[in-house]
Amino acid sequence: MPTPTLAPETAARRSVKDLQLGESGTICCLKDPEMALKLLEMGCIPGTRVRLNSRAPLGCPITLVVGEAADYTLSLRVSEAATILLKE
Amino acid sequence: MSSAGIRTAPAGQAASVAALETAAGRLPGYGRLTRIALIGNPNSGKTSLFNQLTGLNQKVGNFPGVTVDRKTGISQLTSQHRAEIIDLPGTYSLYPKSLDEKVITDLLYDQGSAQYPDFVVVTADASNLRRNLLLFTQLADLGLPAVLALNMMDVAEQHGISIDLAELQQELGVPVIPMNARKGIGVAALKIVMAQQLDAPSVSFYEPEPELLPMIRQIRYYFNLHNDYLALHYAHQFRQISFLTPDEKAYIAELVAKYEFEPTARQAQETIARYNRINELLLNVVLVTRTEKAEPYSNRIDKVLTHRVWGYLIFVLVLFLLFQAVFAWASYPMELIDQGVAWINSLIQTNFDGPLISLLTEGILAGLGGVLIFIPQIALLFAFIAVLEETGYMARVTFMMDRIMRKFGLNGKSVVPLISGMACAVPAIMSARTIENRKDRLITIFVTPLMSCSARIPVYTVLIGLVVPDQPVLGIFNLRGVALMGLYLLGFVSAVGSAWAMKLLMRTTERSYFIMEFPVYRWPRWKNVGLTIIEKVKAFVFQAGKVIMAISVILWVLASYGPGQAMEQAETRARNTAISQALTPAETESRVASQKLESSYAGRFGHLIEPAIRPLGFDWKIGISLLTSFAAREVFVGTMSTIYSVGQDANELTVQQKLAAEKDENGQPFFTPARSASLLVFYVFAMQCMSTLAATYRETKGWRWPILQLVYMTGLAYLASLLVYQVLK
Repeated sequence: MPTPTLAPETAARRSVKDLQLGESGTICCLKDPEMALKLLEMGCIPGTRVRLNSRAPLGCPITLVVGEAADYTLSLRVSEAATILLKE
Repeated sequence: MSSAGIRTAPAGQAASVAALETAAGRLPGYGRLTRIALIGNPNSGKTSLFNQLTGLNQKVGNFPGVTVDRKTGISQLTSQHRAEIIDLPGTYSLYPKSLDEKVITDLLYDQGSAQYPDFVVVTADASNLRRNLLLFTQLADLGLPAVLALNMMDVAEQHGISIDLAELQQELGVPVIPMNARKGIGVAALKIVMAQQLDAPSVSFYEPEPELLPMIRQIRYYFNLHNDYLALHYAHQFRQISFLTPDEKAYIAELVAKYEFEPTARQAQETIARYNRINELLLNVVLVTRTEKAEPYSNRIDKVLTHRVWGYLIFVLVLFLLFQAVFAWASYPMELIDQGVAWINSLIQTNFDGPLISLLTEGILAGLGGVLIFIPQIALLFAFIAVLEETGYMARVTFMMDRIMRKFGLNGKSVVPLISGMACAVPAIMSARTIENRKDRLITIFVTPLMSCSARIPVYTVLIGLVVPDQPVLGIFNLRGVALMGLYLLGFVSAVGSAWAMKLLMRTTERSYFIMEFPVYRWPRWKNVGLTIIEKVKAFVFQAGKVIMAISVILWVLASYGPGQAMEQAETRARNTAISQALTPAETESRVASQKLESSYAGRFGHLIEPAIRPLGFDWKIGISLLTSFAAREVFVGTMSTIYSVGQDANELTVQQKLAAEKDENGQPFFTPARSASLLVFYVFAMQCMSTLAATYRETKGWRWPILQLVYMTGLAYLASLLVYQVLK
């Protein structure tokens, strides 16, 4: 059964990892099934707006502000952010 | 006869009245306390609510059948109605990620269990309702009667979020109580609702896809479950559910294979379906008047506290303050406790005499003193950690440290156990439970005991005082302080280095992740801090305390008795030489005591292992201390004082003087810098703590890790001591 969250493997899209500080994007899909479960539970649902809020002093992890109304702040590693693909 | 009959009648009546009264305090018909589970997202104010409901009526025990702590408390709901509240770990969903969260599924999936709750209170952060409702809808679909405690209403209001409570209650089909748990607002209303008998929620939020129904129905039938969603969770999680028998697991495994059930994809599907439903539901309930929270203050604080320069500087400052508290401020109450125990001891010794009194003062009271003296340090350390957790700063520390810790096979979350390890490895190892990744968690548990805990302080103090001169360095530091700092650094470096080695050795397919909510900065709630301190001190006194007390008594027996007539003969020999050398009475007694000790069981033990430890510079007396303090390091000073003077109470200073006066066979001071340094290094590395081994056993559920830890640390200690002694000699 295909998972609705998974992007086609071929797509070389922008991910949350590529956001500039302060820049926002809308989640399109989640690339990694295992990571997706955790991210979905934490509210990173396709269609949600996220903003790159800050980076840890050594560049990783990063924090995202999640939701249209800036519901909460999420911290995650850059490698994890790379699995969250953005809408074009 | 008749008068006896008259007397018994009222007595019987009184008994039945008493029975009625106790029955009235319970839920009619149940014959026991109502059992209520408290559950919610991390940072949703669950702990505050638990503390508001139960106050000091809390206890920590084991979950039946699982070696994981659970906190329960008794809450007086109304004047007649009391309930047992079970505090469950914070979680985002019913699909557990960490060991901590597994407790929840073990409790909520076994409907036949005597521990099964009558209903659940779900805490939710009103300012972040969407995500908090995910867990709620899952619980509701399990068919559990529930109440929604809608917490942080004040925060929601500040953010321009207004919630139509009547509409929300209608949509969810359960009572919704608006609250501010920090201030205690809404707690009374919640208690009144909790005292009612609640029905299971009537609304369903998610129906499993039709194609899953054949499998679900078979599981339902087999386990006699009352609902489809619960059966679906059995299919998802049967491998981790601890109460299922191997046969039952095999049955589910067969079904899962037969119906080609794909847990990952199904779980993703379910989560998205739930969010869609929640979004619809909230459409008429939540009104946001401001689209963006105007640059939250938390963000501004973060600009400083997680700054690439200031962030680390502030963290170092916080650590410094923590050390200052644990080592300097704690020393005053510690001294009071020490003096108090010594005073009681001398009071008993001057008034009474005999072997029982000697057991009481040198065995039991000495052991008790060794336990009680650590209370101020443990209390202060956990006060600090609780404040850092409460304010939300600890999350920032893990954020800043993750990249660094990862290089060593650890995780940002390993920082908390490592810091706690400086007070006591036992609660520190327990705190590693929040690390979801198994490998990261095992490595953290493995290396935590290398951090210098407070039990090493007495050993460090005695030996540093013995060999390091009390002189200033660079004008501001004290050389002894620098030496102490060096030992702590040595512990830290060895912990991190060992972690790195483990990282290379351990194979794993499991992935490490760091997806964590950043809590908003808040003022600590002092009640929560206070209760944390009480809980941790209790755990230390009763867990580590038992071992230390037992060892003190065993040590006393070993040092007071010897095989056959050996003790008597030693005494006679000592007295004869004393007469021939014309010693003073005091010198005679001291000679007798030390001769007797040498012939005791403890002395024989020491002699037995002497060949093995001679290359490290140790003699049989140190051998005795190593053996006895294997159980707990703090026993070392007590043992040394016993060896050098059984029958006199001793503090660190007098032990130090005795050690300084000790001569070797050539009449030179026995404790040379090389010997002392070797002994110090031994105590930095060696696994001298049974309580830690017990904690590791508990947390890893097997003997493999504690044994590895014991062998590794003892080996490291032996080699390091050998190296130090042979080089410095």
